[in-house]
Amino acid sequence: MREGEKDPGLYDFRPYRDRAKLEWPEGKSVAVWVSPNLEFYEIDPPANPQRKSWTKPHPDLVGYGHRDYANRVGHWRMAEVMEKHGFKGSVSLSVALCQHHPEVVANANELGWEFFSHGIYNTRYSYGMDEAQERAIIEDSIRTVRDATGQTIKGWLAPALTHTPRTLDLIAEYGMTYTCDLYHDDQPGPVHVKSGRLISMPYSIEVNDHYGFFVYNMSPREYADTLIRQYQRLAAEGAESGTVMCIPLHSYLIGQPHRIGPFEEVLRHIAADGRAWITRSGDIADHFLANGYADAEADTARYGKADA
Amino acid sequence: MSLDPAYLEYPKRGPGMDHNLYVPSPMPQRKPVAWPGGRPVAVTLLVNLEWFPITPSDKPFRAPGHMQTPYPDYRHYTAREYGTRVGFYRLLDAFAKAGVKATIAVNAAIAERYPSIVADILKDGHEIIAHSTDMNGTIATGLDEEEERALILQARDTLAAAIGSAPRGWQSIARSQSWNTPRLLVEAGFDYMCDWVNDELPYLATTPAGTIVSVPFNHELSDRQMISVQQQSMDSVAQQIEDALTWLEAEAAQYRSGRVLPFTLTPYITGLPYRMDAFEALLGRLAAHEATWFATAGELVDCWKDQAS
Repeated sequence: MREGEKDPGLYDFRPYRDRAKLEWPEGKSVAVWVSPNLEFYEIDPPANPQRKSWTKPHPDLVGYGHRDYANRVGHWRMAEVMEKHGFKGSVSLSVALCQHHPEVVANANELGWEFFSHGIYNTRYSYGMDEAQERAIIEDSIRTVRDATGQTIKGWLAPALTHTPRTLDLIAEYGMTYTCDLYHDDQPGPVHVKSGRLISMPYSIEVNDHYGFFVYNMSPREYADTLIRQYQRLAAEGAESGTVMCIPLHSYLIGQPHRIGPFEEVLRHIAADGRAWITRSGDIADHFLANGYADAEADTARYGKADA
Repeated sequence: MSLDPAYLEYPKRGPGMDHNLYVPSPMPQRKPVAWPGGRPVAVTLLVNLEWFPITPSDKPFRAPGHMQTPYPDYRHYTAREYGTRVGFYRLLDAFAKAGVKATIAVNAAIAERYPSIVADILKDGHEIIAHSTDMNGTIATGLDEEEERALILQARDTLAAAIGSAPRGWQSIARSQSWNTPRLLVEAGFDYMCDWVNDELPYLATTPAGTIVSVPFNHELSDRQMISVQQQSMDSVAQQIEDALTWLEAEAAQYRSGRVLPFTLTPYITGLPYRMDAFEALLGRLAAHEATWFATAGELVDCWKDQAS
């Protein structure tokens, strides 16, 4: 990015209208990916100068316990429902989970889920890191996921959504192809980086279960209805040019007994609809890089650069 | 700019938790448990019965529901008292009508100020557990250990005098503990604590002074969270509780193991006239449901402990 400038220069303007048609495999209109955040929050993390972790003195019992519920109870319930309806997860992973709860990571890996990095812990933030420190967490992420799962991560969602001005350049330099941190579009698109090729993967933050339950205060059934409406709209629009719908989840929220039933109905609905390419983020990125990236660049070329 | 190198060191990064209170336990790998009568879902109602001094304390933090306006805050002082005088009796009547037992987490100040309430609770067969002294009796790291110990013992002894025996269970205000709390509870002779929200079944916690059972009361399944925080109606709450029951009943059948559905109530929230009919109707349906076993915290712990060892 262009550090310190009013426009960070992340990507070029490319309006939703008149885009080249993005085609998904088998003529599907919307690529649907489910993104469970498999996280570990520390009970007593060191303080980052720019962001507190827990709001209460340590131990913040409710905050910590709520997250720990994910690894004891919520993950297993959520994973079972996803598997039942044919949804593989694309995991936003606190990579230290590979050490703390290898049973959770192994379960996701055996189910055929993809892993990308969400930092070391969700209680360690990138704010204030120098380049060497940021390289260290990227290299740690690549190594840790490879050792635990055999997978090479293709994507990044910044830990607790904390970034530095160099994050995108660095992940592209390390060979990653997508970022889940940019929320400007319902289709993938090129991102400006110094080296490599990086795309933005729509992560649909507005329908993240955390937003649904704690920003918009939805009931479980209201949240389920919201996801179905989101899906219906994107599936309809995707007939013109393929769209992406992400369902970002935290099993300490969606895996609660009062929420999982209505959520299962969402998966049942999408699986039965027929217009969805039910897939993983890395597969979407691979497909877009091979089949849509050049068209997106050509679309962009029709418009003047905002900073020209 | 760079961060202190210690920020990128992870001394507790290894197998298991980053503390010693309990060990990981994936739900599908638990030893199955059964509840009395083959009922698949234990319903555990917990009521917070609290007294808020009109002179709030912020040390170590101000309790949720406490005074909000400049002194004297008649509005919140009296609205909380409404819960105790009126709302709580609506709840007691609703429990009696449905024929169910609940766990009442009682501030010691309630027993001192209104001994007849303790008698009314016990007469109906509910369990009383300790819930600190009054709503200025919050606990968090930073509270001096001797002060915390004195607070726990005062709450225990005041209730013991009112009940005739020491309460077996404890719940902290806002479920907030210090690093010392589990150990101090063991030292004070408590069998179980109801603060942790990381599970759906009881489990054993270990302190330097010995073990204590942790009985999870999911804060998400509470009138405070659903109504006061998330601004939902009692009709929606009822639907959510019944959706939870439906799910847990199916899961209990699948895993051939009992499940627990907790629901935490606050007299000044649920006990309002316009919420009570919906609450009573919910309670009636839950009580009539063939899947449910209404258990106090103590009954749940005893039943679980017999099978867990």
